[in-house]
Amino acid sequence: MARISGIDLPRDKRIEVALTYIYGIGLTTSREILEKTRINPDTRVRDMQPDEVAKIRDLIANDYKVEGALRSETQMNIKRLIDIGCYRGMRHRRNLPVRGQRTHTNARTRRARRGGVGIRKKK
Amino acid sequence: MARSIKKGPYIDANLLAKIDELNRINQKKVIKTWARRSTIPPEFIGHTLAVHNGNKFVPVFISENMVGHKLGEFALTRTFRGHTEKKSEKSSRP
Repeated sequence: MARISGIDLPRDKRIEVALTYIYGIGLTTSREILEKTRINPDTRVRDMQPDEVAKIRDLIANDYKVEGALRSETQMNIKRLIDIGCYRGMRHRRNLPVRGQRTHTNARTRRARRGGVGIRKKK
Repeated sequence: MARSIKKGPYIDANLLAKIDELNRINQKKVIKTWARRSTIPPEFIGHTLAVHNGNKFVPVFISENMVGHKLGEFALTRTFRGHTEKKSEKSSRP
């Protein structure tokens, strides 16, 4: 069983794609890792040798910020913005878009289901 | 688009001169300023600036975390008092 950074990799996927199941690793990073460890990106996870898995695990542990550590870093950054009382912090606090998008319409990702407005149902 | 690194941060020259003077004689004084576009350099830390928001001056105490932001980010220009309530809605903060 291939377990990396506390995540079970799907057994039937190619390792290149399977690595992207880890939070903080996308396709680019995934390919980079396989390049560095000299592992064929097309091998299926179930066909991986234990030493290959170990290699990947070590590389990720040493060189990449993933999962919990990455999440907490993001949270810290947001918390900093909130604490210093700047405009971006205010937007985070009120759960509105931070980067100047319009809120007259759209912005549902940040604003969905606030105070009764909610997502409109189809008739 | 972000500002070119080559140019360095934009810092209001007059304001910086005033702060440098205060730092030299080791004093703290509230300085009124309209320079909302000015980046906050490390020299400002510990000072209180009154930043104009278009209506009045908002006192902003500069802390370490604020370095690199612009002064205007800390003096909001809009007041939003919420929409008229139809039903019982949660009122947002002013």
